[in-house]
Amino acid sequence: MLRHRIIPCLLLSKGGLVKTVKFSQPKYVGDPINAIRIFNEKEVDELILLDIDASKVGADPDFDLIERVAGECFMPLCYGGGIRSLEHAKRLFALGVEKVSIQSSALEDPRIISEIAEHYGSQAVVVSVDVKRGFWGKRKLYSSKAGKTLDMSIGDFISRCVEAGAGEVLLNSVDRDGTMGGMDYDLIREISSCLPVPMIAMGGVGSLRDIRNAVEAGASAVAAGAFFVFHGPHRAVLITYPRYDEMEDLFRGLE
Amino acid sequence: MITVVDYSLGNLSSVANMIRHVGHRCRVTGDPDEIVRADKLLLPGVGAFDRGMESLVRSGISDALSEAVLRRGVPILGICLGMQFMALRSEEGKLPGLGWINGEVVRFRLGDDTGLKVPHMGWNSLSIKRPNPLVEVEVRQRFYFVHSYHVVCFDESDVIATCEYGYEFVAVFGRGNIYGVQFHPEKSHRVGMSVIRRFGEM
Repeated sequence: MLRHRIIPCLLLSKGGLVKTVKFSQPKYVGDPINAIRIFNEKEVDELILLDIDASKVGADPDFDLIERVAGECFMPLCYGGGIRSLEHAKRLFALGVEKVSIQSSALEDPRIISEIAEHYGSQAVVVSVDVKRGFWGKRKLYSSKAGKTLDMSIGDFISRCVEAGAGEVLLNSVDRDGTMGGMDYDLIREISSCLPVPMIAMGGVGSLRDIRNAVEAGASAVAAGAFFVFHGPHRAVLITYPRYDEMEDLFRGLE
Repeated sequence: MITVVDYSLGNLSSVANMIRHVGHRCRVTGDPDEIVRADKLLLPGVGAFDRGMESLVRSGISDALSEAVLRRGVPILGICLGMQFMALRSEEGKLPGLGWINGEVVRFRLGDDTGLKVPHMGWNSLSIKRPNPLVEVEVRQRFYFVHSYHVVCFDESDVIATCEYGYEFVAVFGRGNIYGVQFHPEKSHRVGMSVIRRFGEM
């Protein structure tokens, strides 16, 4: 009776939480510690915290803030952003982070994944894969650090990272980010069909039905940002999370 | 006072925070002299078996633990890898375990037909096999698991609770003063707090 996980994904920028649309227009949504206390009360399955500035500006993870966040998290916490070395990962695990999410440094060299996995196990390393549609509508690998698509094949990159020891793939669709208009189910289906490790699908969740659709398409877990922090047509900030019985109903009949 | 064993690999602040959150006192240390004198021990664990065992042995912590646990009968709770250390050996590594529990650690063997992936990561429920002071039986209890290996107990009587992932595996064991849980109580919200609170009250 392992239920599929539903994971709020919080974006960190300049010490505050923000939410983006298609990876731009960050809108301030609140204080991280306050948000985490609310998610604690709601007993969320897991949390993902991504620092969207760190890699871009070459900064280290904000260890002080992460320590405060982890200390408040009585649920699993995955952190990503600016992790460039085993030393960074070590400090994060010591602060109470369960998983580290790696993108930029893995794009440069997947060996960082092997190093961390060798020390802490595959379950502790998530590879973050952003996908954006190119000019002709073709899906391409996207580097959030460089802010552009890459020529490297999505499948090859994922395979190399999984071979290197990544225990989970966080698959995000840039074009769907913050839109709440539904997810890229074809992408989820295509990637999950040949993936030996669990996938967290992200990007575009606007309803519980979207979450179920992603699971039906092959996702092990679904992450969302806007869906959990915005409410109503004017996107007022209000933190919500489905109740346990709602989730049970949602996944009824699924494996 | 619960002494959390620090062998510089584990995930300690969340464990320590939860212990304090449920109202017990807590100390985090890697000093064998403090560990040997502790009155209650918690052995956390994240990571690979050999690295952890190597660190425990080299630092002198494993001797201190054995003295406290086997000779003085101090209650100890192993979490995840901390539980696995208590077995005789692990398929994940070459080094022997602490050997307090008659059993071994094996990798999940799941057929392709199960559609299940390793690591077993996420929330799962327990099936309680016998009354115990650690885990209460309550409907809808769910615990957070994240592991690729699990303990196989050779003595059935050591098994307190099992969990199902492709097949039934040991989620909680207990033998005298020695307890191990495969899930992460410090990341399992209220049910996790209940386990930590109960351990502190033992």
